[in-house]
Amino acid sequence: MRHTISVLVNNNAGVLSRVSNLFSARGYNIDSLVVGVTDDPKISRITIVVKGDDRIIDQVEKQLNKLIDVIKVVDLTHEDFIGRDLALIKVKAEAHTRSQVMEIVQCFDGKIVDVALKSFIVEVTGKESKINAMVELLSNYGILELVRTGEVAISRGKKVHEEEEKKVKVKAGKAGQSNL
Amino acid sequence: MAKTKLKTGAQMVVDVLIDEGVTMAWGVTGGAILPVYDALFLNRDKIKLFDTRHEQGAVHMAEGFAKSTGKVGVCVVTSGPGATNIVTGLADAYMDSVPLVAITGQVPTSLIGTDGFQEADVVGITRSCTKHNYLVKNIQELPQIMRDAFFIARTGRPGPVLVDIPKDIAAASAEVEIPSKPSIPLSKFVPTPDMSQIDKMAELIKHAKRPLIYAGGGVINANASEALYKFARKTNIPVTLTLMGLGAYPASDRQFIDMLGMHGSYRANMALTHCDLLIAIGSRFDDRVTGKLSEFSPNSKKVHIDVDPTSIGKNVKVDAHVLGDMRFILKDLTKKVGTKEYDAWYDELDGWNHKHPLAYKQDPKGPVLPQFAIDEIYRITKGDAYVATEVGQHQMWAAQYYKFDKPRRWLTSGGLGTMGFGFPAAIGAAFAHPNATVVDIAGDGSFQMTLQELAIVKEHELNVKTIVINNKFMGMVKQWQDLFFDKRYASTSIPAQPDFVKLAEAYGIAGYRAETSKDTTKVLEEALTKKGPCIVDVVVDAEEHVYPMVPAGGAVKDIVLSKAHQIEKMIAARAEKGPKKINQVHL
Repeated sequence: MRHTISVLVNNNAGVLSRVSNLFSARGYNIDSLVVGVTDDPKISRITIVVKGDDRIIDQVEKQLNKLIDVIKVVDLTHEDFIGRDLALIKVKAEAHTRSQVMEIVQCFDGKIVDVALKSFIVEVTGKESKINAMVELLSNYGILELVRTGEVAISRGKKVHEEEEKKVKVKAGKAGQSNL
Repeated sequence: MAKTKLKTGAQMVVDVLIDEGVTMAWGVTGGAILPVYDALFLNRDKIKLFDTRHEQGAVHMAEGFAKSTGKVGVCVVTSGPGATNIVTGLADAYMDSVPLVAITGQVPTSLIGTDGFQEADVVGITRSCTKHNYLVKNIQELPQIMRDAFFIARTGRPGPVLVDIPKDIAAASAEVEIPSKPSIPLSKFVPTPDMSQIDKMAELIKHAKRPLIYAGGGVINANASEALYKFARKTNIPVTLTLMGLGAYPASDRQFIDMLGMHGSYRANMALTHCDLLIAIGSRFDDRVTGKLSEFSPNSKKVHIDVDPTSIGKNVKVDAHVLGDMRFILKDLTKKVGTKEYDAWYDELDGWNHKHPLAYKQDPKGPVLPQFAIDEIYRITKGDAYVATEVGQHQMWAAQYYKFDKPRRWLTSGGLGTMGFGFPAAIGAAFAHPNATVVDIAGDGSFQMTLQELAIVKEHELNVKTIVINNKFMGMVKQWQDLFFDKRYASTSIPAQPDFVKLAEAYGIAGYRAETSKDTTKVLEEALTKKGPCIVDVVVDAEEHVYPMVPAGGAVKDIVLSKAHQIEKMIAARAEKGPKKINQVHL
């Protein structure tokens, strides 16, 4: 089963490598891994999408928790959460297909962020399945290049890591620099 | 410790070592670690630093010290090759949960990443074989890192921690307060026990008719041997131990039914298969214990007590588990259980033992049997020695025939299986217990991997007795070749060996050789009762195999009890499968 795991970590040198190393050393497969700062510059959040049976996911959680720099691990799969990918798609758009491509982009709430003579760059966010669908449609016109982030996720309503985040003074507007 | 005097990074390191109660450390010097060695030299009245001949010797000595005392072992080595030479020891300590702090020198900060002389990415290399590691980037954080390193190494499931210190940081000076506390909460390593699970266990124990305690090295690490003893004695439940757990429960006790696993006794392995409740304590269902998982202890409910959450349900699903301080959990569980008689169960256990006991038959005129030599070591040392081993057949025979009544007497490399571990580990134990007899039961193959440390036993006149069980083979691998590879001895024969007696003499220590059983007794009596270091070369029968043996990946029903039994089985298998079929082997 596909699990989305949210990990709060100390923003220390080497953290990302410790986390990714754990997966490779123990033979777990990562579908995607996204890392970024939180509202506290000392803390980063890693969102990992991993596939595996219950035993593997249980081990993943426990092994992550054992890392010194890991503050909290939450398997969002069991919660009501919002998960989003972002994709940038360079798609062929020639005179006769231009309007069709634009229509598709519109349907998916995408944005055309760059226009060239024979191509567009399209920006789109959404669930993995939505982006897959859009990519599939656009591929009929010829995709020249495709960049996708992995999934970032957040649980609905309350904060995912309430306890930890309570301890942290929220420094609004100040973005931390990642040392990862 | 709230002094804020200007001091060097190296001095801060030494101050924390002293404050953590470190009195000895091992290492080999070098350029990048020089400032730390200098500070250690200035404090040599408080911390003795012993120079080894090779960094691998240093790290295994620290392990031997740690295993035999329960304290954190410390080794201090230089950058680059110094650090890479301790990687095997770190991996060994990580697998066997040995508390270590390894301090490595690093090239100056300005040179990091430039492929400088003796530079290696040590935190990168050691990330997956340490519990945690640090590269110190700033002198201000050095004291806290050192404090945390000790806390991490010893707390919860112990393990090795490495601190990589660039030379310029060790040499720089700053006014930094040395923190008295670690920056990490205890709860990171020691979970709070779930009391309802303890109640559930007590209930399962109440209804069990054939319960079995299967305890491991975690009991020793948690200093819970006494609590285990009280629990077992009160409940009257039989006890089997893993290789790492030997000594956690007295071997001479009537409830003890020997080691289990690949080379465990018939009785212990049959008990594992036939029990209806398996109580795992500080053990981790390692593949050398479980064999084929689908047939592992098929008739039992299973409960698990441990400190490490990742050990729960990793290989085997359990019906109840408690995480936390094993001493506390066992004490509480002991209160909640009653005494029961298991006469029928013990009769069965006795029956298995009578059917196939751990035994050998030494022909007084025949070649020396390794089992006999180890039995003699046990008899002469009255079971009271610190016993280190290398890895292989001699290790398994030592585990079977040397009976330990106390914890921390048995120093062996279980998880990683590091040949060359035993001799330096014995040295570490001898430094920690200068008045004790320390024996390294060695194989001729293993001993040659770290024997350069003979210089250290001579220099410090340590009471280390290296007894080479000499069959001129990598014996355990040869055994597999005998059993599974039609006796094709690829790279297992060791035809050119040093003369171990002359080798001893070359290092200025006593050397003995025994080639008959009579000689073995005589020589061992002299070697083990005289104080001081020595090598005893016991020339043994190379054809001897370790039995019982549950083949790797097999189940208890596949157990092989003797050579004759093995031949019987092979003939039967050939008749069934046809002669071409080669056994599948996973080492």
